Amino acid sequence: MVKGKVVGIISNLITIEVDGPVSQNEICFIEHNKEKLMAEVIKISGNLAFAQVFESSRGLKIGLEVEFSGHMLEVDLGPGLLSKNLDGLQNDLDKKEGVFLKRGEYTHALDLDKKFDFISSAKKGDEVHSGDWLGYVTENWIEHKIMVPFKLEGRWKVKEIVKNGNYKITDKIAVLVNDNGDEETITMIQKWPIKVAVKAYKEKPRPFKIMETGVRIIDTFNPMAEGGTGFIPGPFGCGKTVLQHAISKNAEADLIIFAACGERANEVVEIFKEFPELIDPRTGRKLIERTTIICNTSNMPVAAREASVYTAMTIAEYYRAMGLRVLMLADSTSRWAQALREMSNRMEELPGPDAFPMDLPAIISNFYSRAGMVYLNNGKIGSITFIGTVSPAGGNLKEPVTESTKKAARCFYALSQQRSDSKRYPAVDPIDSYSKYLEYPEVQEYLTKNVGDNWVDNVLNAKNWLLRGKEAFDQINILGDDGVPVDYHITYWKSETIDFVLMQQDAFDKIDSITPFKRQKYMLDLILMICETNFNFESFEKVPPYFKRIINILKQMNYSEFKQDNFYNFENELKEVIKERSVQ
Amino acid sequence: MQTKAFQKIYTKITKLSKATCSLNASGIGNEELAFVDGRSAQVIKIDKDEVTLQIFKGTEGIRTDAEVIFTGNPPILKVSDQLAGRFFNSYGEPIDGGPEIEGEEREIGGPSVNPVRRKQPSELIKTGIAGIDLNNTLVTGQKIPFFADPDQPYNQVMANVALRADSDKIILGGMGLSNDDYLYYKNLFDNAGALEKIVCFVNTTEDPPIERLLVPDMALTAAEYFAVNKNEKVLVLLTDMTLYADALAIVSNKMDQIPSKDSMPGSLYSDLAKIYEKAVQFPSGGSITIIAVTTLSGGDITHAIPDNTGYITEGQLFLRKDSDINKVIVDPFRSLSRLKQLVIGKKTRLDHPQVMNAAVRLYADAANAKTKRDNGFDLTDYDERTIKFSLDYSNELLAIDINIDVDKMLDTAWELFAKYFTKAEVAIKKDIMDKYWRGK
Ligand SMILES: Nc1ncnc2c1ncn2[C@@H]1O[C@H](COP(=O)(O)OP(=O)(O)OP(=O)(O)O)[C@@H](O)[C@H]1O
Ligand SMILES: [Mg+2]
Repeated sequence: MVKGKVVGIISNLITIEVDGPVSQNEICFIEHNKEKLMAEVIKISGNLAFAQVFESSRGLKIGLEVEFSGHMLEVDLGPGLLSKNLDGLQNDLDKKEGVFLKRGEYTHALDLDKKFDFISSAKKGDEVHSGDWLGYVTENWIEHKIMVPFKLEGRWKVKEIVKNGNYKITDKIAVLVNDNGDEETITMIQKWPIKVAVKAYKEKPRPFKIMETGVRIIDTFNPMAEGGTGFIPGPFGCGKTVLQHAISKNAEADLIIFAACGERANEVVEIFKEFPELIDPRTGRKLIERTTIICNTSNMPVAAREASVYTAMTIAEYYRAMGLRVLMLADSTSRWAQALREMSNRMEELPGPDAFPMDLPAIISNFYSRAGMVYLNNGKIGSITFIGTVSPAGGNLKEPVTESTKKAARCFYALSQQRSDSKRYPAVDPIDSYSKYLEYPEVQEYLTKNVGDNWVDNVLNAKNWLLRGKEAFDQINILGDDGVPVDYHITYWKSETIDFVLMQQDAFDKIDSITPFKRQKYMLDLILMICETNFNFESFEKVPPYFKRIINILKQMNYSEFKQDNFYNFENELKEVIKERSVQ
Repeated sequence: MQTKAFQKIYTKITKLSKATCSLNASGIGNEELAFVDGRSAQVIKIDKDEVTLQIFKGTEGIRTDAEVIFTGNPPILKVSDQLAGRFFNSYGEPIDGGPEIEGEEREIGGPSVNPVRRKQPSELIKTGIAGIDLNNTLVTGQKIPFFADPDQPYNQVMANVALRADSDKIILGGMGLSNDDYLYYKNLFDNAGALEKIVCFVNTTEDPPIERLLVPDMALTAAEYFAVNKNEKVLVLLTDMTLYADALAIVSNKMDQIPSKDSMPGSLYSDLAKIYEKAVQFPSGGSITIIAVTTLSGGDITHAIPDNTGYITEGQLFLRKDSDINKVIVDPFRSLSRLKQLVIGKKTRLDHPQVMNAAVRLYADAANAKTKRDNGFDLTDYDERTIKFSLDYSNELLAIDINIDVDKMLDTAWELFAKYFTKAEVAIKKDIMDKYWRGK
């Protein structure tokens, strides 16, 4: 084993003199008193290795012994990861003792003594490749596939596979042999280095399905594809986290991997508290059963914050290889970029814009490219849909993290300070935001088939009303209320109706917070009908109060159970109100 | 300085800058506390046998042969019940003429709470100020700053909040506090008969600015003692965090680090988060709530200090002078308490969330109407009514001199709704409207 000695310390950047070969990103352990502090090599120069320690460096001294592990930062993949609360280095937070985190205490993410019922699907003599399924165990309710480890290259044969039965995750499940006669014993656990993308699939097609989120401003106006990517930039307090939480509660996904990256601990506590109580509307099971939380809050070590998003992505890739639809959320990717910046500055690298490292755009686009829908070797589909938040300095979108992410992600959910100030939640900007997927012919086809014949046209029509409403509003502001034709006011208020009833959504209301596609279609049709109606007004002053009545009734509909008595009562009331002023 | 047997003493400084010095020494720990010519200093960098120290009081007059004593420890605070009612400087030394504290030595800036050991905050903090209790309700375990220009009475408002809130201890961390403000706090706490539950760590404008860097950690170490060991509800007041961040910038600048936005260090977010994230609700009942002050320059919240703060804290309370009523108000647009959801309509009356939102929405309409008026356009009847409403709303609810309970705030809002608007204009969920509407 290669060893070294500490020769320099600046904050969490440790310089180590090494006595043998070491590799970039290799993990090492600094021995201090009785603690072993984990660190990652981030630069090598001659016999000096520069490492970022994943812990506070307080009290570290020159001359401390360092042991190199011979591998990069790896995670353990196996049954039992679901419903866990892990830190950025995949330590199980629940296994840690005491109220305060202890430096150098590492706990295993998996429960090594836990037993699962294994049911085999491969048999002796089968030819297999990395990622192929050998059988499965049941984890919560999913069929957790036991796979040929991702790191096995080339062609292997099943030499031995155990009988169906109850096994510990560390027990032998199978023995594989390759053409050279090398044997590999397979258990339910495999390891994988987090910074390397898992490529154990056949191909990655363009996403063609839409993933329902229950959030109208996404589903209706800027839909997210299954296996798609998107990001939510916005100034502080504009609703990034609330929007992500809303998505995680309702999204049509088998699994949610939530990376709380350098944000508030209380927000994670909210998930700990709520998810064991909330029900997944699709499976009727508790939300926590489909969720894994990777939690490296802002007060936890900065270097581990950088690792946390990779740990989360690797776990997502692992479950994708089982043919599952995984939704990964990261809040906030800017904190990860800042962690990179802190290290880069400490190493005195030549800085790029805003002192971020020069290769930031490449790092971000590499990361986003790990998401996607894939055809597995057996032809089955698996997907990772990834949505990250971005916290731009000063709320200004012209900054490196936002700009780099914009190039990498296909959906852009820009939160606007102005909308948030006027409590128009979710504060997604209706004009600036986009989903590139809405332009994909295969997605349009999917929507036509699954939501409705004229769906895409109707959505574009609604967007057009928003644009016209904005133009009318600008004119009214320039020329004054009575300086424009009454029609301008009507157009503006029609767009306001779309805004208030479809775009705005109360994330804290039991009913309004979740809107399935069917209901979104019903409401969009209803509102477009209002938009297409000609109304008669004697003066502009009559327009706002009338439309406020309409909006109020429509909002009551949003708060009522879909297609129940209350809902229809409001709809009838609405029809009466429309009759008052509609003309043929 | 009394030297002890295990302490290492050196007398050969090799480099001196405005705030740092370097010397050759061995066996020194990172972040260790030292004394250079009697001045407190802390290890910030070790390169082979060269140790670099940051000297809190600055290096003026330090000679290359000055005595450097390493203590073998990071900065510590002695904690015990004796802290109550006392005033200390940035190093935790008494400045009130009282005796030294006896107690357990604790490293300041200690480890973080394991997130899975936290409890979700759920206890409302009552302040009597409607701009806070009604629109931006505070909860124990929360961290929230006042955003205010330097001429706003933030120290007074914060003191009021502290004294009205139901807490077991109030810990004041004063950074760059003017001597007048320091005496203001001291007298106020004295007169309120609250001295027994106060602990103060103060760095005044007369003290060296770098010393401020110790104040939040000192205050929070004391807070953790009372919250964890005594299960007490602790309120920590930190004023002014902008001056704290300025001190960070001075140090990083002296260290030749590449500054990021507004000359602030690239690590500003992490540095501030380490402090604010000490706010916590413990399952055992103890809690640490942090109320801070971040002074702004000309109301600019995009500057790196308020910006990073906003990304860390659970909302902000924005103070500004309302020229229409000539009073300071808690601005409903720029203010936010993100934990209010946990208590409003649950610990307070059911109609609270809806009333709060409706009032702010109508206030926003008034702001639009005023812009219209200022641009010389005619106002509609609705515009006129919103403007009248906004004046009453500011006077009776937003102004910081209000001291009423939450039910009264809600009743006041309903009265104003009925006075100026129709049901459809107020647009609140029907069942709540049916119960509380006071008009026709
Ligand atoms: N859909 C919504 N419905 C109602 N209120 C909302 C909604 N979205 C956001 N809010 C309000 O805005 C507050 C801030 O939202 P959130 O915490 O999501 O902001 P953020 O963008 O994540 O901020 P930061 O960058 O500081 O983390 C919430 O606490 C809530 O009061
Ligand atoms: Mg957030």
